[in-house]
Amino acid sequence: MSYISKPRIDHPGLKQNALGLTRRDYEGGMSTLCAGCGHDSVTAALVQACWELAIPPERVAKLSGIGCSSKTPAYFVSGAHGLNSVHGRMPSVATGAAAANRDLHCIGISGDGDSLSIGMGQFCHAMRRNLDLLYLIENNGVYGLTKGQFSASADRGTKAKKGEVNQQPPIDPVLTALAAGATFIARSFSGDKAQLVPLMKAGLRHRGFALIDVLSPCVTFNDHEDSTKSYAFTRQYYHPAVNMDFVPPAEEIRTAYDEGEAMEVRLHDGSELVLRKTDEAYDPGNRANAFQYIRQHLDQGEFLTGLLYVDPESREMHDLNQTVERPLASLAPDSLCPGSSALPDILARYR
Amino acid sequence: MKSIFRMGVPVVGKNFFPSNIQGLPTWYEIRVSGEKHLARRDGVDVMVAMNAQTYAEDLACVVPGGVLIYDSTWPRSGELDRDDVQVLGIPLSAMCNEAFDGVRARILMKNVAYVGALAALLDLDLAVIRQLLEETFASKPALVEANLKAIHMGHDYASTHFACPLTARVEAAEDTAGHIMIDGNTAAALGCLYAGATVGAWYPITPSTSLMDAFRSFCSRHRVDEASGQRNYCVVQAEDELAAIGMVLGASWAGARAFTATSGPGISLMSEFLGFGYFTELPAVLFNVQRVGPSTGLPTRTQQADILSCAYASHGDTRHVLLFPANPGECFEHAVAAFDLAERLQTPVIVMSDLDIGMNDWMCPEFEWDDDRHFDRGKVLGPAELDRIEEWGRYRDVDGDGIPWRTLPGQDVRGAYFTRGSGHDEFARYTENGDVYRELMQRLDAKWKTAAGLVPGAEIDEHAGAAAGLVTVGSCADAALEARELLAGESMPMDYCRIRAFPFGEDIRGFLERHEVCYVLEQNRDGQLKSLIVNEFGIDPARLRSVLIYDGLPVSAGSVASGIRAWTKNEVPA
Repeated sequence: MSYISKPRIDHPGLKQNALGLTRRDYEGGMSTLCAGCGHDSVTAALVQACWELAIPPERVAKLSGIGCSSKTPAYFVSGAHGLNSVHGRMPSVATGAAAANRDLHCIGISGDGDSLSIGMGQFCHAMRRNLDLLYLIENNGVYGLTKGQFSASADRGTKAKKGEVNQQPPIDPVLTALAAGATFIARSFSGDKAQLVPLMKAGLRHRGFALIDVLSPCVTFNDHEDSTKSYAFTRQYYHPAVNMDFVPPAEEIRTAYDEGEAMEVRLHDGSELVLRKTDEAYDPGNRANAFQYIRQHLDQGEFLTGLLYVDPESREMHDLNQTVERPLASLAPDSLCPGSSALPDILARYR
Repeated sequence: MKSIFRMGVPVVGKNFFPSNIQGLPTWYEIRVSGEKHLARRDGVDVMVAMNAQTYAEDLACVVPGGVLIYDSTWPRSGELDRDDVQVLGIPLSAMCNEAFDGVRARILMKNVAYVGALAALLDLDLAVIRQLLEETFASKPALVEANLKAIHMGHDYASTHFACPLTARVEAAEDTAGHIMIDGNTAAALGCLYAGATVGAWYPITPSTSLMDAFRSFCSRHRVDEASGQRNYCVVQAEDELAAIGMVLGASWAGARAFTATSGPGISLMSEFLGFGYFTELPAVLFNVQRVGPSTGLPTRTQQADILSCAYASHGDTRHVLLFPANPGECFEHAVAAFDLAERLQTPVIVMSDLDIGMNDWMCPEFEWDDDRHFDRGKVLGPAELDRIEEWGRYRDVDGDGIPWRTLPGQDVRGAYFTRGSGHDEFARYTENGDVYRELMQRLDAKWKTAAGLVPGAEIDEHAGAAAGLVTVGSCADAALEARELLAGESMPMDYCRIRAFPFGEDIRGFLERHEVCYVLEQNRDGQLKSLIVNEFGIDPARLRSVLIYDGLPVSAGSVASGIRAWTKNEVPA
């Protein structure tokens, strides 16, 4: 197998964003995933979100671990640097990249195997650190590249293609994120672009760790009957708990919302998120309430989607470290070196 | 120890301590030598035995004609006497219980009081001791007085009851001017500060922890903007070593000078990422402050047993650049050099320190810094360079030295490329093509040969007439040099070669070829340096004779000399 570049097709009528770039400028190489893979829809939504936000492509940093999901950074924003690291270790590489250059828009793409098994530790600690990172889990409940073993997100009772029934409880990334201290937590479905694109935009604008757990069916190994991660199951049991509109800075909120329905959240950059809850009892600004509500619905076999928790006031890694505004990578070593004049004073205490 | 240093007398201290916080005995060994020897010698001239449970062990270490000082508050078994050792009892506890209040003060002052007794016995300068106490407790003058009281108490008791000074005494000299007493971890941290490192990621592990602590401490004084309080550095305490090295590689990929500090167990965990760094060609600087393995081993004892695991860390064909400092001075220099080499060669560089260098105070010449020093950032293309280039391939060797040109994220869409640990071609595109893979591995090998010409050369000292060579590495150096003097006095002259880096340069090959027999001195059981030499040079192993010292304590000159003598005694005449 070799790299396949995608033919670039430019129509004169293609819409341009604020930078004068078209959606084509945010695309990447040709996908080598299976036809119908949910991951390709996630990639398409990401292209749309980056284009709509008019992020300069070179300011995006695409990071991943190992697995089908982790191949996808090659399929979007070809003008951005990408790094396909080792299995389960993307969060640490992202931490380093963000530490070195805080101007980068870091996007981490992971899967349920990459995040919830081998990478569980790094996943949790990146959240605890409140790293400024959009973290997508393309969640399909199976190991695709090794041909269909259950992953840690496989639901109890779900059946593998070869007939085996999963007996162990799943690790839910959303509940894990609530426990580990993530400051932006969402769930969505690869087939729901209308929900996914605004969530991605909000996640990119959120200053801190933004998790979107995206149910993304594996057409080859986990899209059969008796699978709880199939397209059919997802369409039936995944329901929005919160609908969200993303309103960029300097734009007015034009939609008229019913009184009591809408909850406005203002992000650091001035963007507004308008959250519309489907149940008044749910509070996406309250970690404990969100945990209990989501847990209860999971126990009833219902998967809630949308922006499930957000803390717009949180302080990300650099805020906590009090790092300078300029990217550390842009500071020349000679400008940081104390030089010969400082040395005698430093050494005096060792005489 | 510091007072002896201030009296102008060469001195070095070694702390032997267990992996424990409180409740197990520790020893501190001080070597004082008029000949400026800085290694441990072997045997103890003056022993201060403060732990009743180790009296027997302590007494056994004392050389014939030596002195044992103990706390005579309580009776001591007569079985613990030796005819050839002078035993001096001082009622330290009784004196301190009378003079000081509070359990804590009484215990602490007991330790100070014996220093006073030693001052009398060894003829140490009380004025220097007072000066040091005043410096140490500058902000707590009350403590200066209390400490001085204990010093005088010990001093007076010894002067009254014993013939002071002893035969073995300290005579003021002028041999420490221009020197400092510093540990290697602090020195390495200072090197990182001077090298302009901005990102440090680490997971605490003995004996490397004090390196990052020192870096943070230096940064808090030299890297914080006074007006805004903002820091131009970022130190991340990672969740484990797997994450620490991932952070270093991520930060290096994004263009910062980044490093981690760890020890053997950490290197084992980092190995997968080290292979990634080698294959994707990312800079990274690691400090491996080696301790005794395998497994948890003896975490607070010193060893050089990670040579092979670092040289070839990770699966697949990999080789990593290693630097071997021999003392804190070289920790400072190698730290700075490591960043230049990592960026020039686009590969991980591991500075192979050890617990002896890292945590003990060594006497070394004051560090120097040349303000005209050039920081080598390696081959990096920015937007201006990309303007001039028609076609750029991330992994293309355009200069013939095996080192390609890289770009940094955040700068220019034309520089975008995909870093991957899977097979890739010259343009960083995914491929499983066998020819392309082989060419890539051959280029990495060519880069390795370039590295051999860039790393620090060996320290070689050769004189006509010596048939044998002494080859060693790192913290063996001072003991090796002293043993060499001892053996020269026994008509066994030897040439000397201290390896300072891997890959090995032609200077080392030449040295090995010029000597029929070379003794290879190192601190591990398996002769790892010897294996590496044999493997890299294809040299006949029979010409290399291992001298292996691996009891976890810093090497002494005596043990090195014995190790070499043992070989010559066993020699069968041809």
